[in-house]
Amino acid sequence: MSDPGHRHHDLGGLPAGAVEPSEHDYALWEKRVDALLVLLGDKKRKLVRTDELRHGIESLGTKAYDEMSYYERWIASITGVLLGKGVITSDELGRKMAEVEARAAEENR
Amino acid sequence: MSARFAPGDAVRVRWAHPPGHLRTPYYVRGKNGVIERICGAFANPEELAFGRDGLPTRPLYRVRFDQRTLWPDYAGREGDSVEVEIFEHWLEPGT
Repeated sequence: MSDPGHRHHDLGGLPAGAVEPSEHDYALWEKRVDALLVLLGDKKRKLVRTDELRHGIESLGTKAYDEMSYYERWIASITGVLLGKGVITSDELGRKMAEVEARAAEENR
Repeated sequence: MSARFAPGDAVRVRWAHPPGHLRTPYYVRGKNGVIERICGAFANPEELAFGRDGLPTRPLYRVRFDQRTLWPDYAGREGDSVEVEIFEHWLEPGT
């Protein structure tokens, strides 16, 4: 992909190996991310549209795009859209993340 | 909806690589194909991606490409094709 116009996520036609067809279980947090997007994108809210989600994923940067799992990409993109629209702020999110981290550390002690 | 192209028309996908959210795959850009059908008119995803309404709607076409047009070393059967849905503003008259 030496052509700078060929974006990293645009994989059509590139060598990729065999398709892994088996079903796999989703973790609870992955199901929650899926549900979150459905609610954020419904007719009442229209806060995160499919194309906004995709654009956010395509803008992650090549390293993050390659290393994140499917739903990690989703939640990263959803977060970016919600920050951009002022639905949440970085400060609120940062404080909440610290709170959850502390709670998890407490539970794992 | 006023559509610029009709089924059977030869079209060429524009060779363009602007930044933003594009639904036209890289591998069909600059390639010749044929209109297989008009899918309808839809909001423009390039605008929806940035939180705008994407209106007015734009005609979307299903375009058929010969596999060998896309992949010169294609090893499948003669006449194999692939169909890709492409918005009108990515198409120009083909050869």
